[in-house]
Amino acid sequence: MPNFITSYFGSTLTPGAAGNQFWALVYVFVIFTGVSVAVMAMNWLERKALAHFQIRLGPMRVGPHGLLQPIADAIKLALKEDIIPSEADQFIFWVAPLIGLLAAFTVYTVIPFGPSEAVSDMNIGILFMLGVSSIGVLGIVVAGWASNSHYPLIGALRSSAQMVSYEVAMGLAVVSAVLMTSMNEKGTGTLSMIGIVQAQQQQGIWFIFKFFPLGFIAFAIFAIAMIAETNRAPFDMAEAESELTAGYHTEYSGLRWSLFMLAEYAAMIAVSSIAITVWLGGWMRPFPNLLRAPAWGFIFSLFPGLTFAGLAAIAVIGTIRMPSHSFFKVQRMGLAGFAAVLGLIAFLLLVLAVAGRSPDASVAARFNAGIGYVYWFVLKIAVFMYLFIWYRATWPRYRFDQLMRVGWKVLLPISLGVLILTAIAGVVVS
Amino acid sequence: MTMTVPAQGHSAKDRPKDEMKETPNEVPNRDLSHSDSHLDLDTPEKPYLDANELIINMGPQHPATHGVLRVILKLDGEKVLGTECVIGYLHRGVEKIGENRTYAMFNPYVDRMDYVSAVSNGLGYCEAVEKLLDVEAPARAKYIRVILAELNRMASHQLWLGTHALDIGAMTPLFYTFRDREEILKIFEKYCGARLTTHAFRIGGCQYETYAGFEKEVKNFLKFVAPKIDEYEELLTTNRIWLQRTKNVGVISAADCVALGVTGPVLRASGKKWDLRKAQPYAAYSEFDFEVPTGENGDTYDRYLVRMAEMRQSLRIIEQAVNGIPEGPIMAKVPKVIKPPVGEIYHSIEAPKGELGFFIVSDGSIQPYRVRVRPPSFVNLQALDLMVRGLLVADVIAVIGTIDIVLGEVDR
Repeated sequence: MPNFITSYFGSTLTPGAAGNQFWALVYVFVIFTGVSVAVMAMNWLERKALAHFQIRLGPMRVGPHGLLQPIADAIKLALKEDIIPSEADQFIFWVAPLIGLLAAFTVYTVIPFGPSEAVSDMNIGILFMLGVSSIGVLGIVVAGWASNSHYPLIGALRSSAQMVSYEVAMGLAVVSAVLMTSMNEKGTGTLSMIGIVQAQQQQGIWFIFKFFPLGFIAFAIFAIAMIAETNRAPFDMAEAESELTAGYHTEYSGLRWSLFMLAEYAAMIAVSSIAITVWLGGWMRPFPNLLRAPAWGFIFSLFPGLTFAGLAAIAVIGTIRMPSHSFFKVQRMGLAGFAAVLGLIAFLLLVLAVAGRSPDASVAARFNAGIGYVYWFVLKIAVFMYLFIWYRATWPRYRFDQLMRVGWKVLLPISLGVLILTAIAGVVVS
Repeated sequence: MTMTVPAQGHSAKDRPKDEMKETPNEVPNRDLSHSDSHLDLDTPEKPYLDANELIINMGPQHPATHGVLRVILKLDGEKVLGTECVIGYLHRGVEKIGENRTYAMFNPYVDRMDYVSAVSNGLGYCEAVEKLLDVEAPARAKYIRVILAELNRMASHQLWLGTHALDIGAMTPLFYTFRDREEILKIFEKYCGARLTTHAFRIGGCQYETYAGFEKEVKNFLKFVAPKIDEYEELLTTNRIWLQRTKNVGVISAADCVALGVTGPVLRASGKKWDLRKAQPYAAYSEFDFEVPTGENGDTYDRYLVRMAEMRQSLRIIEQAVNGIPEGPIMAKVPKVIKPPVGEIYHSIEAPKGELGFFIVSDGSIQPYRVRVRPPSFVNLQALDLMVRGLLVADVIAVIGTIDIVLGEVDR
């Protein structure tokens, strides 16, 4: 194989940092498809989980347990008539969803799924993420303005005010975590996403537990602000269905509307990734400092395979429990096939985990480690996504002035206080 | 941006020419100057909207106006400067239909006014005609009426709670309340064959005897639903966001309620203990022991608490009625052809939404000369403007929900 392909396997740098354009492009492609598929899966999961919170079944018709519903929806939305209101500003109306989408996907270039499993590692990574993800608001504002309609306009204005005020608290919370990265011998911190996780690795503690409860408070502020940032319930003022019909995307339909949704879900995953990277140890498995014996490493490396085995088992149970009526024949076959695919993946992962057990730098071990990093990162994202759904099912919507009050009068002072206390704690400890 | 409000057919073209001359500043297609408007749009010193002001048309197609209510909002940013309700999108001329039907034939029509509490409507109409005829329903019929009417009050309040919470952004309570309301509708269906527009009662009593196991099913329902009400309260009553969204929102004083004729839970939440079931007992209500829950502040949260307490009181009433239901006939002696003597009658009952009154004028024929309905939703809706001025758009939604209107009854 050519050197530009094989050189990456032994490297500890990200393709971007190593200047390896081939692998960088591969990663861009993988992340783009991965995020799109994740958004589809999230769409299905949200409808299903929300339905079960609300004593309903959710999608059940398209595919077994509605598994193919997102695909059916995507086809439907793509085929719908593309309406641009005659009073709208045509070009800006056309461009608005793309701005949001671009911002939501660009941040993925610096999200580290592992120490070298990222497109690139920037030395200003976290700033880049915060900056680019807040460009997304531009898409919303422009969409509301270009629609030339009252409800979208109000939604867009709400959204911009909301994002600006929550950005501040969010940024300060992140700064307190960045301050924590400088608690080493040299006293130099880092803004690099990978550097932040490595700092947690070196200090042997996730920043959520550092200077307890300071790290936790900063994390909580970020966790609240990120819901507001992505316009999700209970802060979904910008698209408050019962007040503004659909808020900023009232006039949008079909593919353009689905681009907004894609951007929203992609942004949810992106901000969750920031929280995970900064406070929850990024790609690290649980208890890397306490359970550090190689045996524990092996046990934790079995988790990806076991997870897929569990999913396969759920699919098998679903196949068995499906009614025996001939109407369900195709669905049963589909679900059985799905179970088989999941089982095969589980089998391969388990084989790999056993093969990569030896601590030498063989390709299998390297590959195995990479899968572990991505697995733990994605698992943490999944927990956050579930929280997003849970919030939506549980809470009523805030009112706009209350939201601003919480942002400026509660979150901002607390995050400033946490920042100062973190600095003091750092000085005292060192 | 043109800000045309083509409401009520008051377009500039329709007005007399000389009136046009009096307002020379007016731009022809800007039609915001209704003489009867609440919006103060045609004040001579300020004929145009400020740059900050915005006219927004909420409804008749809007997810949160509970049907086809149309509210024209005048906003300053998000602050509400004034509202104007435009109604009539569901007008079916029920009162006029009453003049062209016999007394018995009109009975099913009243179910279609407040379609979420059809039993109460039927009860009010039947009792009004009975009063006109000077007959009294037998005791057993009265008890059945009370049981069904209170079950209907539960169903109506449950539907209100679900949609009100949905308006404020809590999705989940809607499904819980609909699950439990279903049990009530099942009892209705078993009793009279219909779930929603029940036509449960007849003039002079009830047509149907209770089905076998009716008492047992109602008792089972009482046991089933009591913990469910706690479940709703668990989701909302102490929820921080719910408190912030409802406390001190849409405040109305008892004096204002009385002045506007507002009745029902809205009045009681303002602190006035006025319930027609106690004040002028009808059916068998004088025989039951129950309390009239009241609030203190007259805000949205108090109205929520009052309705939750009313659901519990309804359970008490139903329990007493089911345990004490007497044997006997269910129909009084009523002539085959109902021809009330010449005269007029006003009879009102406490419907789930407030005082539901029927004013019937008889000219001695088989058809009423005039039927006038005093619907609670219509009268209560008048208070909307008073309650939402100075609040935000989101509060308008909360207040529309808390008044608990049914457009079928507002428009009739």
